[in-house]
Amino acid sequence: MSSVMDRASDPDPMLPRRYRVQRRRRELADTFTLELDPLDDPAVPTFAPGQFNMLYVFGVGEIPISISGDPTRRTPLVHTIRDVGIVSHAMQALGPGEVLGVRGPFGSRWPVERAYDKDLVVVAGGIGLAPLRPVIYAALAQRARFGRIAVLYGARSPSDILFRGELQRWRTHGGLDVVVTVDRATGSWRGSVGVVTRLIPRVPFDPANTIALVCGPEIMMRFTASELSKRGVPGESIFMSMERNMKCAVAQCGHCQYGPYFVCKDGPVFPYSALQGLLTIWEV
Amino acid sequence: MQTIADELARHPFFSTLDPRDVELIAGCGTNAQFGRDEYLFREGEQADRFYVIRHGKVALETAAPQAGMLTIETIEQGEVLGWSWLFPPYRWHFSARVLEPVRAISLDGACLREKAGRDHDFGYAIMSRFAAIIVERLQATRLQLLDVYALPARGGKRVSR
Amino acid sequence: MPTNQEDAAVASDGIGTRHVVARADFPRLLEALRTRGFRVIGPVVRDQAIVYDELSSVTDLPIGWTDEQAPGRYRLAKRADEALFGYAVGPHSWKRYLHPPLVRLWRGVKEDKGFRIEPEPHEALRYAFLGVRACELHAIAIQDRVFLGGPFTDPGYGQRRAQACIVAINCGQAGGTCFCASMGTGPHVDQGFDLSLTEVLDAGRHYFLFEVGTALGAEILADVPHTEARDEELLAADHVVAETAAHMGRTLDTANLHDLLMTNLEHPRWDEVATRCLSCGNCTMVCPTCFCTTVEDVTDLAGEQAERVRRWDSCFTSDFSFIHGGSVRGSTKARYRQWMTHKLATWYDQFGTSGCVGCGRCITWCPVGIDITEETRAIRESAAAPAQSSKEA
Repeated sequence: MSSVMDRASDPDPMLPRRYRVQRRRRELADTFTLELDPLDDPAVPTFAPGQFNMLYVFGVGEIPISISGDPTRRTPLVHTIRDVGIVSHAMQALGPGEVLGVRGPFGSRWPVERAYDKDLVVVAGGIGLAPLRPVIYAALAQRARFGRIAVLYGARSPSDILFRGELQRWRTHGGLDVVVTVDRATGSWRGSVGVVTRLIPRVPFDPANTIALVCGPEIMMRFTASELSKRGVPGESIFMSMERNMKCAVAQCGHCQYGPYFVCKDGPVFPYSALQGLLTIWEV
Repeated sequence: MQTIADELARHPFFSTLDPRDVELIAGCGTNAQFGRDEYLFREGEQADRFYVIRHGKVALETAAPQAGMLTIETIEQGEVLGWSWLFPPYRWHFSARVLEPVRAISLDGACLREKAGRDHDFGYAIMSRFAAIIVERLQATRLQLLDVYALPARGGKRVSR
Repeated sequence: MPTNQEDAAVASDGIGTRHVVARADFPRLLEALRTRGFRVIGPVVRDQAIVYDELSSVTDLPIGWTDEQAPGRYRLAKRADEALFGYAVGPHSWKRYLHPPLVRLWRGVKEDKGFRIEPEPHEALRYAFLGVRACELHAIAIQDRVFLGGPFTDPGYGQRRAQACIVAINCGQAGGTCFCASMGTGPHVDQGFDLSLTEVLDAGRHYFLFEVGTALGAEILADVPHTEARDEELLAADHVVAETAAHMGRTLDTANLHDLLMTNLEHPRWDEVATRCLSCGNCTMVCPTCFCTTVEDVTDLAGEQAERVRRWDSCFTSDFSFIHGGSVRGSTKARYRQWMTHKLATWYDQFGTSGCVGCGRCITWCPVGIDITEETRAIRESAAAPAQSSKEA
């Protein structure tokens, strides 16, 4: 088909654009946020909540990181990163003025509009709150369009609670039901202790009329989706953000395949109903 | 004025019980209130009751040398606290400290055990509900044990730091 | 599908017409290609195999050679005649040229504050592929969909593809591991070429039946002495193809194949094949549709210059599915299952066709002779009906 050949002159998706670090904030002992301004092209692409960029550190490598900022503000570009490997470790040493390469945005989005006139339940675990923060910003900006909004967040311990100040502000000023729990704590913590799934019965929402967005370690997402399902939220109304090894982010290197899906293109956000057959198969 | 039976009947744990059984249970129950940092019970004490939490938050904790008090989990509104009354030696395994002021129904374990001994159908009804709670709590505890938010142990091919 | 966007003036011989070129005139074809600036790539004998490399003359072709292929076995043997194309496919496929094993994507140069990116200029190389089999044409079309059919394109691939001239050939014999007939990808070449040939050795005559596929093909043929094909010559050529189709090395039953495999992801056969598979990745290297690559960022020792390169990768490597902490597919079983279910099942979900063209290379070049048609058969024969899942929930 000649239409296939016509694509030969499309822009090269493997070329990074350069961004400069405007600000760096330490969030937790192993997690930090970078705010980036464009260096090359001032026209920054818009992004949708749930999407990610490939971030490149000169001479070190490139990794996929979800966008964690406000989708209504194109700049600065905000990424919250956990130091888990060579590239993220190099990134946490970058200070203001230093340059990164950025490719993207890529991937599917959290379907926030599906929750208009419905209840919205956001369940996050650990670093999973970062890819969901754009949803919360978007929801706060148009609060009246939603029914009840709940943010349920689980972290390892009180010192691992991400965006702690914002969580507090969302609870007190945002009109959101925000509940935080940790897996372990000492006696000085007066909040909830226990897995995040135990928070689900504690917030009011109408399961038949709810959109649930879940992000965190895969085990946590699986059990959370299962619990939500048990309470009557349909599989098509529960969404998860999957993670796999990504190299190209444009569905051409094959690394991120998960069953029939390319996580970089068909995901990372998937409805639970699309994944149910795969989630319980080991090593698929 | 709500009777204890009325309160219990509204609670998800008891709502599917036969009203007659609810009355039997209510006969073993009293209202209880606890203030901030008060203990409902302490580790090692005689365990002869359990609590249906109507309001507030309780931390189940244990002491570890050097670490101080460790919170195992919190039991909150709508949840049932305590099952050590079910089996000998009837001793609490953990302490329960109030984080947010608690209003609860306190149920006498010995009283319930005695009624269950006499009426096995009643006994079965209670035991099956408690079994469900224990299973749910066990599943949740297992997830806690998995420590899912921690970084995987090093030993894979990736060399970091 | 036309392979070339050229709107060049059509020669007097139109698209779809068939002509005969005598063996003695065959070298004129190579000349016609080279005078137009094409580098002619075709089969040659090297390292005891027939591989694809640059041809400087017709004598570089494996004249009088054939191949004997079986699971885990490949040998060359002399033919009784002097056929130029009397063999099936070897370990190379055209993806070596269209989707090269190593490509530099861009260079980075350190600057005072940061770095700059220097994109790699696209090659001006124009290849003419001589001897492209029907299965290979389908494989090229499949890779077109991967690199040019999605939301993002590979511009390097697009350029190489647009500049390539394809001279296809109808196979004169089926290889020992071939099953293109089962996959609906051959042996007859029906589209996607500039010129196609059928080699005929018959009653002392040695000639080629050419079919014109595009305006470029017509233009090239105009420089090669040819006659209009007579009925008996057309018949002889058709007979060659029919014979090939009737002697396939094996078959693969594709009925309901997608669902058969996807509802049997826990079938014990996967454990069985894992006891044989070495996860060496040969199958992915020789497969003409396998496209997986990895991207590497490297610097010089001083840290002043960086480059990003893309090179072939294989889903059989232990690192392929690595995310922080470990590989998702750590076992050989999981990796073999991934490869086979991708090739025969999930490729449909992704690209609308099978990923397999029945060329048989994976069977021939597997050191332990694992046969994808046999693995499919084993699952089909012992699995529950696709409507029921064979695994416990």
